[in-house]
Amino acid sequence: MNAIELSGVTLRLGGRDVLHHVSLTLPEGGFVGVLGPNGAGKTTLMRALLGLVPPHAGRIAVLGAPARRGNPAIGYMPQTRTTTAPALRGRDFVAAAVNGERWGMPRLGPDAQREIDRVLDLVGAATLADRPLGDLSGGERQRLLLAQALLGHPRLLLLDEPLMSLDPHRQAVVVSLVHDLQRSLGLTVLFSAHDLNPLLGVMDQVLYLGGGHAALGPVADVITGPVLSRLYGSAIEVIRLGERIFVLSGDGQLGLEGHCHV
Amino acid sequence: MFEYDFMRSAFAAATIVAVVSGCVGYFLVLRGQTFAGHALSHVGFTGATGAVLIGVSPLWGLVAVTVLGGIVMGSLGERLQQRDVAIGMVLSAALGLGLLFLHFFTAYASQATALLFGNVMGVDAATLWSLLALGVLSLAGLAVIARPLIFATLQPELAEARGVNLRALSVLFLAIVALAVAECAQIVGVLLVFTLMVGPAATAQRLTARLGRGLVLATALALAEAWGGIALSYVTDWPSTFWITALSTAIYLAALARK
Repeated sequence: MNAIELSGVTLRLGGRDVLHHVSLTLPEGGFVGVLGPNGAGKTTLMRALLGLVPPHAGRIAVLGAPARRGNPAIGYMPQTRTTTAPALRGRDFVAAAVNGERWGMPRLGPDAQREIDRVLDLVGAATLADRPLGDLSGGERQRLLLAQALLGHPRLLLLDEPLMSLDPHRQAVVVSLVHDLQRSLGLTVLFSAHDLNPLLGVMDQVLYLGGGHAALGPVADVITGPVLSRLYGSAIEVIRLGERIFVLSGDGQLGLEGHCHV
Repeated sequence: MFEYDFMRSAFAAATIVAVVSGCVGYFLVLRGQTFAGHALSHVGFTGATGAVLIGVSPLWGLVAVTVLGGIVMGSLGERLQQRDVAIGMVLSAALGLGLLFLHFFTAYASQATALLFGNVMGVDAATLWSLLALGVLSLAGLAVIARPLIFATLQPELAEARGVNLRALSVLFLAIVALAVAECAQIVGVLLVFTLMVGPAATAQRLTARLGRGLVLATALALAEAWGGIALSYVTDWPSTFWITALSTAIYLAALARK
């Protein structure tokens, strides 16, 4: 089955086409890096897959069914902002998402407790979870968010910029954790990032968004001068240096709209 | 002190109000919406004085206007968050209007003091029943929305993706807050609603990182502060509201010092 099918999809946000007439098919089971400059539509695409942004045109199918809100087969980790309740312990934060959409009092039975233990163990956060959120580092909070996204055995994980504001060492830890989970649980992972280098060893495919268009394929096919030049609508050079990739705009300036793969 | 009717009524009223304030206040502090509670109580003052002017019980004026205010604030949602100046202007306009209503109704100067600073010793049987009904209503409402409310508070984007209607939840919650504020104003007055709604909840969140325990602790502290305040007032003959604020502040400071 295909994890995601977009056919002729246009996503419009505030009168602007973030994606314009995009069609692509992503088979299930793989680690997909979602890349592109700021405002290219990485977050909007994820919100559309979650049924939060209805397509202006075209059709979106997720795991064989039209995109809709409340799909339990999708796990989602939103871009983290400030912590709302720093005094609250991590476990209660994770637990809030267990059946959180249902009316009534929050009552956690033994099944729910086991499910919380399971996801905390998966991300290695069983001991972290007893500490208040405000005492955790950025990387530790990311683990809890990831645990929350894994509740209810989803098949597709949408991770929105999990590496934001982490240092390179912690970035590598998060990437390898997600990669291990993706393989051991047989998940499809969409992992959006600013920089492609931390994801180079683990990506099966890259989904590059830019200028309203999208390119999907293995890194070697997508991260090339001609493909990126077409997406940006201007000359782009791609330089491979050892194990790293640098994307340069044609006039020799390093970086593009504050977006540079170093 | 329990040989007097008015003292028994005072303790009964304080019990109802403290339980409601502790529970609702805990969520208010968790959501970082304490200013909304403060704002609602000020707007409520206008409702109460307006009700007196047209010959209706101030409690019902307070309830009507705070609930309306809560619904409006909830439906404006995030647009309201960066509008400190706008809220401040509406608040002062509301208080000013309340003062004008009082001016037209000069006969009862003590009524104004009771509204602003509360008068738990003056609670009669009819008011007690109204407080009980409103308290049950707000706690029942809270019990219905508690789970999605916690989810939406801690992880709004995820909650939205899972089908929670954030806007509707925000409106419902602020309507419940409005009921709690109206109740609380009967005991400590509109100016000092903070002391029972925010004080115990903020203290509880200092003392425990667990959600369930925090909620129970906030309620227990609100009860202890309300009962203690009335008892001390009986002994010293000082206003009960003073003692409640003093206890609320002292306990919060003690919790701060503990860490």
